[in-house]
Amino acid sequence: MSVPLLSVKNLNVDFRTRSGTVKVLNDVSFSLAKGEILGIVGESGSGKSVLSYALMGLLDDNAAITADRVEFGGIDLAGPTSPLASIRGRELSMIFQSPRTALNPIMRVGRQIEDVLRRHGPVSRANAKAAAIAALARVRIPDPERRYAAYPFELSGGMCQRVMIAMALSCSPSLLIADEPTTGLDVTTQAVVMDLIRDLVQETRMSAILITHDLALAGEYCDRIVVMHAGHIVEVAPASELQSHFAHPYTKGLFAATPTAETELEHLASIPGSLPDLRGELPPCRFLYRCDRRQPDCQTAPIPLRPIGGDHSVRCRHPL
Amino acid sequence: MAETTSSNMQASTFWRDARHKAGENKLTLAAALILLLFVLVSLLAPWLVPYDPLAVEPAAALKAPSLAHPFGTDALGRDILSRVAIATRLDIGMAIGAVVLSFVFGTATGAIAGYFGGWTDAIIGRFMDTIMAFPLFVLAMGIVAALGNSIENIVLATAIINLPFYSRFARSEVNVRRNMTFVEAARMGGNRPFRLLAFHIVPNILPTMMVQGSLNLGWAILNAAGLSFIGLGVRAPTPEWGIMVSEGASYIFSGEWWTFVFPGAALVITVFCFNLIGDGLRDIIDPRRRT
Repeated sequence: MSVPLLSVKNLNVDFRTRSGTVKVLNDVSFSLAKGEILGIVGESGSGKSVLSYALMGLLDDNAAITADRVEFGGIDLAGPTSPLASIRGRELSMIFQSPRTALNPIMRVGRQIEDVLRRHGPVSRANAKAAAIAALARVRIPDPERRYAAYPFELSGGMCQRVMIAMALSCSPSLLIADEPTTGLDVTTQAVVMDLIRDLVQETRMSAILITHDLALAGEYCDRIVVMHAGHIVEVAPASELQSHFAHPYTKGLFAATPTAETELEHLASIPGSLPDLRGELPPCRFLYRCDRRQPDCQTAPIPLRPIGGDHSVRCRHPL
Repeated sequence: MAETTSSNMQASTFWRDARHKAGENKLTLAAALILLLFVLVSLLAPWLVPYDPLAVEPAAALKAPSLAHPFGTDALGRDILSRVAIATRLDIGMAIGAVVLSFVFGTATGAIAGYFGGWTDAIIGRFMDTIMAFPLFVLAMGIVAALGNSIENIVLATAIINLPFYSRFARSEVNVRRNMTFVEAARMGGNRPFRLLAFHIVPNILPTMMVQGSLNLGWAILNAAGLSFIGLGVRAPTPEWGIMVSEGASYIFSGEWWTFVFPGAALVITVFCFNLIGDGLRDIIDPRRRT
């Protein structure tokens, strides 16, 4: 593998709250190649969104972020001289869940795209407008000249998400983080939006991180998948490899809980228990109390994410 | 081209909606019409009034309302109708001036406090609390007494005692919006804090702030007139409703009721209209707050 676009080593995020320190992310390490789509999958509360916000530097002040290395295109983003604020939106960009609330309700959508363009370089008013209309056309919005002047409430959810994507891509970033981009959209719109993201990634040779709770969606659109549980990466594998040879009991549970066209509702399994409370002392394996394969040695030493052949790694003492 | 058609559509739906709600709420409509009349009077009074409001005519002192003097005359024989009409501009002008001042500075300080939080919020918040710790009218009296009797100082005093209401309101409105996704998105888009506030957050809270402002106008007029009534503020010969009520008050027992009833009524009707319009505006802008 060539030099990765993004490489993260031992990223930890703690939230200081009144009821104690919440260890939201622990020992998160992964890398992302140029042109690759990486899926990050996990249930609600597993730390997926916090990871994306931490990468974008959008977390609140009460978040303590430490990392051995966060390197993006040869630039160090972890150090005190991180240029994140100036490259954010230009080099790395993000689309948010719930597109309707991610657009300013009282600003014309075209003006919002112009705003991003004008923040990142000297662009004249007329050029910015032309670029904004071109950006709308690129995400296949019909009649972009007219949509330029629309307010978010005049557009459908799928249309808003396309505007969001147009906005995120307006400065041609090299990394796009999509945080549950299809939540709240119906299934057909979901496919249209995802196809659009995939096509744009391929056209522009950028990389993307797709954050989702939908394993089937990630399997279809991603090159590699990272499975997260309670702030740990529990398994990393190429998408096809993960589907056929998952090794972590949690991944197995996720697959069992993913409905397919053939499964009947009563056969749909759920994963027992819930996420551990991240405030107190945690066992080395955060899946311990939900796992049906646990052994006494799961509770002793910390369990590292270790390779089990090829590009496949797992954080488990007794993988499947 | 596309932009104009869309904004015309936007505007026409807004006005249709406004008309519909005004039609529903006849009281707001009536208040708006009366206020419009007052505003016209305030603009055109110098050309409309039958007498010079300052012309003293001892022979005609304390005359009851008649055809020559519809509102009667005061102790110096000045025509009360002319004085009430001329005073409209000063009274409404002072109120608007004060409200604009407190609106601008209150929104700015409140938005900064609500967005940055922490020490900024604490300092601005305690400053506003200090203003509110005084009985507000007494504070206004103190300010005018200290700075001197002038129209500017009445406006300033009225603006200062209103400041905390705008500031607190803006603070809470900004505070609930600062972590909304569209703000995160704008931040990601490269907006620095002050730009984010000025161009993305504050425009979103303006409608509710405007309602607060229009409700506040009536109160500001009362405050300005009240200061003149107790002898602080506008000086004697100037026609001003507060002073006229104050001068007429000495005739309450001798029965020359017209000296204080007409300026008083002008004051009451104006305040009433401002409040009704404020309520109506709230309904037009935000149907959820309909009372």
